[in-house]
Amino acid sequence: MTMTASERETGQSAPADISNNPPVLTVDGLRTYFDLRHGVVKAVDDVSFSLAPRETLAIVGESGCGKSITALSVMRLVPDPPGRIAGGTVRLDGVNLLTLSEEAMRGVRGKDIAMIFQEPMTSLNPVLTIGSQIAEVLLLHEPLSRRQAWDKSIDMLKLVRIPEPEQRAKEYPHQLSGGMRQRAMVAMALACNPKILIADEPTTALDVTIQAQIIDIILDLQRKLGTAVILITHDLGVVAETAQRVIVMYAGRKVEEALVEELFARPQHPYTHGLMASIPRLALMRGEQEDTTGRLQEIPGMVPALTDLPEGCVFAPRCAYAENRCRQTYPVYEEKRPRHWAACWRSAELFGGPDG
Amino acid sequence: MASIDIVPGSTASVRADGVWSKIRDHAMTHPLGVVGAAIMLVFVFAAIFANFITSYDPIKTNSLLSLARPSESHWLGADQMGRDIYSRIIYGARISLAVGLGSTSLGCALGVVLGLTSGYIGGWVDLMIQRIVDVLQAIPLLVLALVMAAALGPALDNTIVAIAIPLIPYTARVIRSNTLSLREQPFVEAARAVGMSEFRIAVRHVLPNTLAPLIVIATAQLGAAILTEASLSFLGLGVPEPHPSWGRMLSESAAEYVRTAPWLVIFPGAAISLAVFGTNLFGDALRDILDPRLRN
Amino acid sequence: MGKVALEVRDLKKHFLMRKGLLQYAGGTVFAVDGVSFAIRAGETLGLVGESGCGKSTVGRTILRLIEPTAGSIRVDGSDITRLSKTELRPYRRQMQIIFQDPFSSLDPRMSAGDIVAEPLRVHGIARGAAVRERVAGLFERVGLRNAQMNSYPHQFSGGQRQRIGIARALALQPKLIIGDEPVSALDVSIQAQVLNLMMDLQRDLGLAYLFISHNLAVVEHISHHIAVMYLGRIVEYTDKRTLFTQPLHPYTEQLLLAVPVPDPRVKRQKRVLQGDVPSPINPPPGCHFHTRCPYAVERCRLESPVLREVKPGQMVACHLR
Repeated sequence: MTMTASERETGQSAPADISNNPPVLTVDGLRTYFDLRHGVVKAVDDVSFSLAPRETLAIVGESGCGKSITALSVMRLVPDPPGRIAGGTVRLDGVNLLTLSEEAMRGVRGKDIAMIFQEPMTSLNPVLTIGSQIAEVLLLHEPLSRRQAWDKSIDMLKLVRIPEPEQRAKEYPHQLSGGMRQRAMVAMALACNPKILIADEPTTALDVTIQAQIIDIILDLQRKLGTAVILITHDLGVVAETAQRVIVMYAGRKVEEALVEELFARPQHPYTHGLMASIPRLALMRGEQEDTTGRLQEIPGMVPALTDLPEGCVFAPRCAYAENRCRQTYPVYEEKRPRHWAACWRSAELFGGPDG
Repeated sequence: MASIDIVPGSTASVRADGVWSKIRDHAMTHPLGVVGAAIMLVFVFAAIFANFITSYDPIKTNSLLSLARPSESHWLGADQMGRDIYSRIIYGARISLAVGLGSTSLGCALGVVLGLTSGYIGGWVDLMIQRIVDVLQAIPLLVLALVMAAALGPALDNTIVAIAIPLIPYTARVIRSNTLSLREQPFVEAARAVGMSEFRIAVRHVLPNTLAPLIVIATAQLGAAILTEASLSFLGLGVPEPHPSWGRMLSESAAEYVRTAPWLVIFPGAAISLAVFGTNLFGDALRDILDPRLRN
Repeated sequence: MGKVALEVRDLKKHFLMRKGLLQYAGGTVFAVDGVSFAIRAGETLGLVGESGCGKSTVGRTILRLIEPTAGSIRVDGSDITRLSKTELRPYRRQMQIIFQDPFSSLDPRMSAGDIVAEPLRVHGIARGAAVRERVAGLFERVGLRNAQMNSYPHQFSGGQRQRIGIARALALQPKLIIGDEPVSALDVSIQAQVLNLMMDLQRDLGLAYLFISHNLAVVEHISHHIAVMYLGRIVEYTDKRTLFTQPLHPYTEQLLLAVPVPDPRVKRQKRVLQGDVPSPINPPPGCHFHTRCPYAVERCRLESPVLREVKPGQMVACHLR
């Protein structure tokens, strides 16, 4: 049951420009490893994806799945040592970011790709005013005078709907509430109108009503400015509300990828399937069920240590459907349904094939 | 029945490494620390086995040997009273270590008690104890030790106490700050919810978790303690006769014999420097290794 | 229907703000400002609200980890509000707590077995071999292996640590367990395990739960009744189904609209609630919510609404309902 772009009016993501234009970001075979004393941690292992202009892509997974490291790798912010990008390419409009000099990369950060993080308090400099921090980004990348940069930062604060922006620009982070700080971060990130915004768990630390406001703002700005957004989260509710396309990661690998409605309606990987079955889905509120005190479906066990990954499919130890083939050979990542990929030997028989 | 979430074949969180392999790893990344540890071990060995590695009585005088040069029979020579310097250095290690370890232990123990009480009870008690600690800390180590020693009189035990007192503040502060943060932790609240008395919580839950930095503090202060003992003895207020103390060896010889019989001065001085150097190297390496983990 | 395990009446906790040791700055934080509810054995009351609403303070005040300013607390029929610490001790066996953070809620220097055994030792319930036996039983109940009794907290995963915390809470066989965001710090796939465990235990042991959480989806699943808090007061209190299908208080409505639903077919609603949650130090006069309420009228600013039964089994604090 898909919706056309026009049907998803109020507060949905801007329609992705997939058809004619080439992708704005192409990640191919990215590998990021950490050399630790007790072994090599393959935090990101052979991850590939592309991002169309104006598209909202969600990367979903639990702790340790590698979603944050993927984002940091794209930004080349992985601490080196002990981390290192061991392979792959990251192309922004055709240019491989991994081969750029650090100086050139600095020109990219904040200008072409921007990132916001989970904790606004630690991401903002406590001794600088909000206005000056936004202005700093502008001055770094654009030929503006101080006065112009300051005025533009106030404009950005207006754009993120911070009340009394002239006053707020002169205030320090600790004087703002959590929600306001996160808005300031969004303003800072979008100041130079980057092509891509990476949001790493931007709402996890916020109250649910504030979370809703921030998501509204991000999507609103995306529509106005035409930014492509990579949203990293563990919250499937946020994914359902905001994303157009979703990638599911587990233990450093990509296990599934599809358009959002397709993913929720017909997950092809047991992990995705299990994840969706295990979260409380507000069934009462939506009138789906009469009573919700039954047990939730569980995924037994836990994520394996990344230094000690099993042979074969990394999810096999926890998978209710695992067979010998699963434990011996890592499943091929292939198209199971139109525009829907997964890495599982048994997708077709478990979750219905192309007609399912 | 709830499910079990240990999965065969996968590890829980951190793999339990062998203790020795960890020590080996740390040793390789901190060569200076190994040097420091080696130096300390040499002194400890010397102190323990003094009888076996010396052939002369350190306090027996022999005017015939007065100011004898270092030779086959007297490796480091003899002092103005004919006492074998080598033997005095070795036995002096006992004194230095006894006073060093004794005062460090006493100072740290008192510091822990004060810091824990201060941090856990808070309020007026905290204020009062902190002011006392402030006073102790404001006075330089040597000066305070001097005053204490002068008040108590020169004796081995008194020296230990005299040096212990100025060592209290640093430990007390660190333990207090750890206590303050631990006091609010959920596992402490959990103990209260169970009905444990505050005293029992402080001793059973808070105290063991504050002690982690103690080993680092102690090794850091050991060097200072040894040096202070030498200084006090040099000034005549430390360990008295007949105990051989490096500091007093220096004071008895430095002015008069430094040019005519330099071995009376060089070797005790070198012993002091080496001992302090060793403890500092080791303490630094230890702090390097343990510190990141202390900041939970 | 089970016996009433917990009854709270007009509970208040006001924090006085001091300036320095001797001066009194004159401000008061009305963290909990007149909260009343009851929980029966075998049932769960979900206490929801956003930061600053006072729900955590309610939990801690009930356990007397924080001293109440006013009101009454009855656990299993006995009034424990004003008892001294010594008198309170035996009653503590009736009420235990599970914390949010599985990392800091366990003493890192104690083995898992000792952590769970401690309540038994403190109350002198068992000694020696008997303690080990009981701990083994508790471990089994929460899904941990006996062999793990000798391991230390840092050797367990977050979900396992939370199970240790649950085992500790069960050791004294309480009637009431207060869960302060017990699954919020866990991974999504582990949350289901722990929630299922808690529900199984409730069914098997007849436990009453006060489930404090900001996660409405989780609360929808595990609770029987729900109380919504805003700035120290309960604004709506009713059974689960009614709250989620026919909420009456404007704040509840907005909360439900704001929760992201894990279903992309559900159109995102137009959300009206703007601004930040006001600080509990200077709450707005009258109805605390009037500054953000889309329906507010003059009366809302002047007069605090009383929590009253507007429909059978549904209590709301709003002038307009």
